[in-house]
Amino acid sequence: MKVLVAVKRVLDYNVKVRVKSDQSGVDLANVKMSMNPFDEIAVEEAVRLKEAGLASEIVVVSAGVSQSQETLRTALAIGADRAILVESEVELQPLAVAKILQHVAEKEQVGIIILGKQAIDDDCNQTGQMLASLMDLSQATFASKLEIKESKAFVTREVDGGLETLELDLPAVVTADLRLNEPRFITLPNIMKAKKKSLEVIKVDALNLDIAPRIKTLKVVEPGARKAGVVVADAAALIDKLKNEAKVI
Amino acid sequence: MSSATPKFQWDDPFSIELQLTEDERQIRDAAASYCQDRLGSRVLEAFRNEKTDVAIFREMGELGLLGPTIPEAYGGSGLNYVCYGLVAREVERVDSGYRSMMSVQSSLVMVPINEFGTEAQKQKYLPKLARGEWIGCFGLTEPDHGSDPGSMITRAKKVPGGYSLSGSKMWISNSPIADVFVVWAKDDEGSIRGFILEKGWKGLSAPAVHGKVGLRASITGEVVMDGVFVPEENAFPDIRGLKGPFTCLNSARFGIAWGALGAAEDCYARARQYVMDRKQFGRPLAANQLIQKKLADMLTEIGMGLQGCLRLARLKDEGKASVELTSVLKRNSCGKALEIARLARDMMGAMVFPMSMALLAIWST
Repeated sequence: MKVLVAVKRVLDYNVKVRVKSDQSGVDLANVKMSMNPFDEIAVEEAVRLKEAGLASEIVVVSAGVSQSQETLRTALAIGADRAILVESEVELQPLAVAKILQHVAEKEQVGIIILGKQAIDDDCNQTGQMLASLMDLSQATFASKLEIKESKAFVTREVDGGLETLELDLPAVVTADLRLNEPRFITLPNIMKAKKKSLEVIKVDALNLDIAPRIKTLKVVEPGARKAGVVVADAAALIDKLKNEAKVI
Repeated sequence: MSSATPKFQWDDPFSIELQLTEDERQIRDAAASYCQDRLGSRVLEAFRNEKTDVAIFREMGELGLLGPTIPEAYGGSGLNYVCYGLVAREVERVDSGYRSMMSVQSSLVMVPINEFGTEAQKQKYLPKLARGEWIGCFGLTEPDHGSDPGSMITRAKKVPGGYSLSGSKMWISNSPIADVFVVWAKDDEGSIRGFILEKGWKGLSAPAVHGKVGLRASITGEVVMDGVFVPEENAFPDIRGLKGPFTCLNSARFGIAWGALGAAEDCYARARQYVMDRKQFGRPLAANQLIQKKLADMLTEIGMGLQGCLRLARLKDEGKASVELTSVLKRNSCGKALEIARLARDMMGAMVFPMSMALLAIWST
């Protein structure tokens, strides 16, 4: 079974995010970029499937700017077999990415597609779901456990109040949550080996897809500073404030 | 549009980032994530209780941090010197003792075996040292012969089938837990030669030195040899004189030049954060010029030091670095790092004790 994993290059999770002065977006000049942490979990899961003898090949794909090749190299260093970058200089929204992934998944004839549940830059949490719809495949989002038995996937997902286990026919789309696994540390020899693995770059225009943005960003602002709390004299004053000021009881 | 004026980066004033290749950055990041996660979580306990966790060698071995410049054929990672420097910087950012453990294994044990060893010695020792299955130590210094190793009194007397080694070595990192000992001794002709000894050989012992105030996460000891028989095949065949041990020390100095600045960067970052957060008289400590002067000194020295180290590493990779340049930068990095640690201590006051192990570690080194 061939596994397709999608990865995105995002602002590193340690970076303090700054909004551009014209409020058109987040300032990405000279800031550290790395692989979306949920995608790292997705890659790790695919590598574990391969190590368990359940996957034959891991293809990792990214859509975006040329520098996303670095992100793909990281995935190759974790253990993916080959990489594809669909290069685009224009902004790609979740629907566009889902269409690109659909194209790659159909061409590669993959048995399962694993994605991070969401990217930590836009927090959309849409691509996996849109991809499953476009391809008319079963989907299991927020996976915290994945088991493959014969041609089925058993996915445990974290839902409000507990765990839910789904049985899916393969091929299927699975999106990784934080507790699916703990990604390994990348080893230095594997970084060097990753340089020799294949990384194919395709221009997005060559795919003839409608990738036009559907959503327009009007304004990006930093969250307002949190207001200081107040100390109330007694329980009665607290109840009064909750009832009349906060209006929560 | 973001402005066209280049922005100043307080933690990378010379844009070292842009001078590294993609692989070098990846290797740095891989080392950093291990160090911050696995070493960072242990250092407090290790420093406090003077405890060396031998599992660290196995972990470093798995990641390829041991002998990074040793060829892949012998289990090394086959990386360039820039990568070696970047790794040392990340390890010492957490603790000088951890960098010491790694440097001894990589530069003082694996380098001489790789440079001076026979094919059989390389095959036997390097892969296991690279994996961290075996721990190595390096015996040169003696109780009365430190800066002047040429006057050593350890002797290797020729006996049938090999040599009989007698003498003692002092201040030997890793020795109490070592499996492999690279020891230097004078032969019957009076020239210095290198030998590979193994744990458990008759007459060989390695008692620990306890109660150090610095490098507490890294164990140090003696190497005592009382007529230890070393077979001929465990002697380095051709190398004679101080060139042997000095080759190793030069390699280690290169790692220290980078490492000390990693520790200094950590001190700087912690002190900087502290003086911005700590408010006295209604404003942050960092609002005072006395503090700002200290921060400016730290930033300048770290920035220039790192740029020098990177230049040295590139020269080494091109085979054009003089030995003296390594010494110049090692001296610069250590002196400046010590100064920076002291400045950081002054800025943080009593808060230095609960807050920063790296700072304490370097300051007490």
